[in-house]
Amino acid sequence: MATATATPGPKLNHIGLPVLEYRGGKSTLCAGCGHNAISERIIDAMFEMGVEPERVMKMSGIGCSSKSPAYFMSRSHSFNSVQGRMPSVSTGAILANHTMTMLGVSGDGDTASIGMGQFVHMLRRNLPMIYIIENNGVYGLTKGQFSATADLGSKLKTGVINDLPPIDTCALAIQLGATFVARSFSGDKKQLLAMLKAAIAHNGTVLLDVISPCVTFNDHEGSTKSYKFMQENDEPINEIGFVASFEEIDVDYNTGEIYDVEMHDGSSLRLRKLHEDYDPTDKAKAVQTLMESNGNEEILTGIFYIDTQKPTFIDLLNVVDEPLATLPESLSKPPKSALDGLMASLR
Amino acid sequence: MATGDLALGQEQGLLQTRSRVTNDFSINIATVNGSGSQSANSVLLKSIFGMGVPVSGKNLFPSNIAGQPTWFIIRASKDGYLSRKRGSEILVAMNPETARQDALDLPVGGVAIYEENLKLEAVRSDVALYPVPFDKITAAICPEAKLRKLVRNMVYVGVTAQILSIDLGVVESGLRRQFAKKQKVFDLNFGAVKAGYDYAAEKFTKQDPYFIEKMDQTAGKIIIDGNAAAGMGAVFAGVSVVAWYPITPSTSVIEATADLLKKFRVTPEGKATFAVVQAEDELAAIGMVLGAGWAGARSMTATSGPGMSLMAEFSGLGYYAELPGVIVNVQRSGPSTGMPTRTQQSDLLSAAFLSHGDTKHILLLPGSVKECFELTYAAFDLAERLQTPVFVLSDLDLGMNNWMSDEFEYPSTPLDRGKVLTAEDLERLGSFARYRDVDGDAVGWRTLPGTRHPKAAYFTRGSGHNDAAGYTEKPDEYQAVMDRLSRKFESARKLVPSPVVVKDGTSKIGFIAFGSTDFALRESLDQISRQYGESVDYLRVRAYPFAHEIHDFVASHERVYVVEQNRDAQLASLLKLDLPADQVAKLRNILHYNGLPVDAQSITEEFAAKEGL
Repeated sequence: MATATATPGPKLNHIGLPVLEYRGGKSTLCAGCGHNAISERIIDAMFEMGVEPERVMKMSGIGCSSKSPAYFMSRSHSFNSVQGRMPSVSTGAILANHTMTMLGVSGDGDTASIGMGQFVHMLRRNLPMIYIIENNGVYGLTKGQFSATADLGSKLKTGVINDLPPIDTCALAIQLGATFVARSFSGDKKQLLAMLKAAIAHNGTVLLDVISPCVTFNDHEGSTKSYKFMQENDEPINEIGFVASFEEIDVDYNTGEIYDVEMHDGSSLRLRKLHEDYDPTDKAKAVQTLMESNGNEEILTGIFYIDTQKPTFIDLLNVVDEPLATLPESLSKPPKSALDGLMASLR
Repeated sequence: MATGDLALGQEQGLLQTRSRVTNDFSINIATVNGSGSQSANSVLLKSIFGMGVPVSGKNLFPSNIAGQPTWFIIRASKDGYLSRKRGSEILVAMNPETARQDALDLPVGGVAIYEENLKLEAVRSDVALYPVPFDKITAAICPEAKLRKLVRNMVYVGVTAQILSIDLGVVESGLRRQFAKKQKVFDLNFGAVKAGYDYAAEKFTKQDPYFIEKMDQTAGKIIIDGNAAAGMGAVFAGVSVVAWYPITPSTSVIEATADLLKKFRVTPEGKATFAVVQAEDELAAIGMVLGAGWAGARSMTATSGPGMSLMAEFSGLGYYAELPGVIVNVQRSGPSTGMPTRTQQSDLLSAAFLSHGDTKHILLLPGSVKECFELTYAAFDLAERLQTPVFVLSDLDLGMNNWMSDEFEYPSTPLDRGKVLTAEDLERLGSFARYRDVDGDAVGWRTLPGTRHPKAAYFTRGSGHNDAAGYTEKPDEYQAVMDRLSRKFESARKLVPSPVVVKDGTSKIGFIAFGSTDFALRESLDQISRQYGESVDYLRVRAYPFAHEIHDFVASHERVYVVEQNRDAQLASLLKLDLPADQVAKLRNILHYNGLPVDAQSITEEFAAKEGL
């Protein structure tokens, strides 16, 4: 009689869920689209961090990127809003329930053109959310026009050359008050995953600008947002080691200078400098480094800036710990005596 | 001016030819904006109120910070009419720039109280003239030169009180309330009132027929502006997230809301149970409101025409994705920037259909400050009950002017938070479809983000969706949702505040109006009855979609005059879309749109002309 061997179950994370519970619907984006790789990393990061899916709000604007919340974490509430307006909807939602983790996916058009007005004010408020720009330099759904992050001299398939300078959303974010600013490449699994996990551990605005090639409209020779260009020119400024609060620290670096950052949730972030003298807590220096790299062939990636101390918008508003959304009536509707008093003062 | 002198004046002055006019006239106080006249005007208004006389105040002010002409018009009306009256009998002239014209506008036998340097005696000899050396009087009682500009205005309160026989004790108690806990400020201001009062008593003989006499018509009444009332309505409805962008004339809605939230919504530990955000623009303000509504908080914004235009795209999202939120629009004169400090009711059509596509919205139309309170409160229940943005359309006249009102009643019914499924509900049900009509009222059930159940989540989007909130481009699925939204609007028709049938007798003629037009129209009904012996019926609309009573009212009259404060007959247009074809021809228009609040006489005259009376 043969002994049946138990089939090993799927790997569970520290809250007991398999990665399957973090999956979403089938992607309708083009095969090979960088955005799909980013969705995969979001799934991995949320799974590995053991985030309860029901405690996540997925936000987006309009565009290819903004469709992607449908392709990860079906167990999370999701809001696909209007173009360029993800920041305001997110602000309202997080004010209503600041106990949630908020992750938003935007694109370069959604953020740097139509959405610039709201984007900069969200940065200024240090709204607690992870704001991902899936940055491919073009408008996909309308068939390939340049966006405002397209590099000077980058070429469209039709041969049109971009003659306007790009908006560096990372430099902007650092200057305006975001407290975790990083750039990655959808093709760099390791870097992006570590960044996303650190982002989940952070309390404040996380701006992740992820170069995410558009295989249909911007992946050709002459484009500075193509897979090939990024593979050749990706220049990490630091190496990211992330240890979640529930894990034991076993990261060991022996070369280069190291920055250790204790994250809001007790996790630790260890950044090993790859560029000499780069200090991710020095705002002016970070902006300077980005400005100097602008126009160079190399595309700097890594965590450019981090500040774990700055109060978030929720801190500034000094709101109660419980969600405003579910306050009982006894706490939200003033009693009759309150109205009586007001009426007496108006007689 | 002692009582004895008054009697003397009555015998010797103009009163010989004119009979005494008691508690029925208007006072026009002409000042320069930024000169701090507001509190003096408010004290005078409240003094008349304190005398038990029905009173209203209207501030005609420029869109400017300082240096431009401003008029504050106080109407005392023994009959309780609170609307604007054409012309004022009494002028308090403090602005050299407009004094001459203001004096010319006085009726024969009127009153001019004026800074003596303005020499209005050279302009009019057929009115009672009371020249006052304001600067001299002020300098004598206010040693601090920099305060004189503010205190100077209190002098005219005293002079006017003396001339009109307003009890000084009533003025004093009004002033004491205004400067509660600030004894020094009170002393200084009351000193100025007293100085003006005494000066007039000493120097003037009563030459005019106007008197304020004690009545008992203000007992149990309050004075408040509509914006403060709307703020109160929001706070008693439990608003928790407020996002806004400053715009005249709605700003004070938010100021009032924020003040009350700070008063009533701070825990003993000093934490706020609310959030007020001054957004970067109106697009962001409405975005925040809908985001908060989606996540389950009661949320609101306040704006005016230009801001509402900016909210168009989001309003369509709110309608289609079915998100609750309250938008208070304090209407001003359009189009475009228009006249920001003048009133109008001209956003009705744009609010009703705000946004592209087949979009329509619920509108609540307060017709008094009390309704600013009640309908703003109701808007929150309706927004959550019907899962849609709800617009409260007030206007500048209602919002920024002082109105006498009955006291507001505490809304004792529990808040209606609408159809929200909890984790326990989901456990029982197994699953749910966000946009499915399971109750027959075309309103689906929703879940709030954060509900701890694997089946709680759904995908909210402004793109085509089916009843399970899934993306769709399938004709049947798309249309089914659109049809349900249409049925939901029919559900709203039964839930929104019903119209007020002010009068429905046997007349063949009816009036229909909404909002602040009510005050002038009620007065006009009395005028029509007095002058022409016509007793005309009147229904006031309080919401869109229109309740069936409105159809019935039109059906039961031969002619219906729709009175409104816009050029394009917007209420009549909206009614025409709703009424059966055979009823449409019954509608006539009486329109007023010059930026000033409509007055009764204008309505009466146009009605008489159209009726051939």
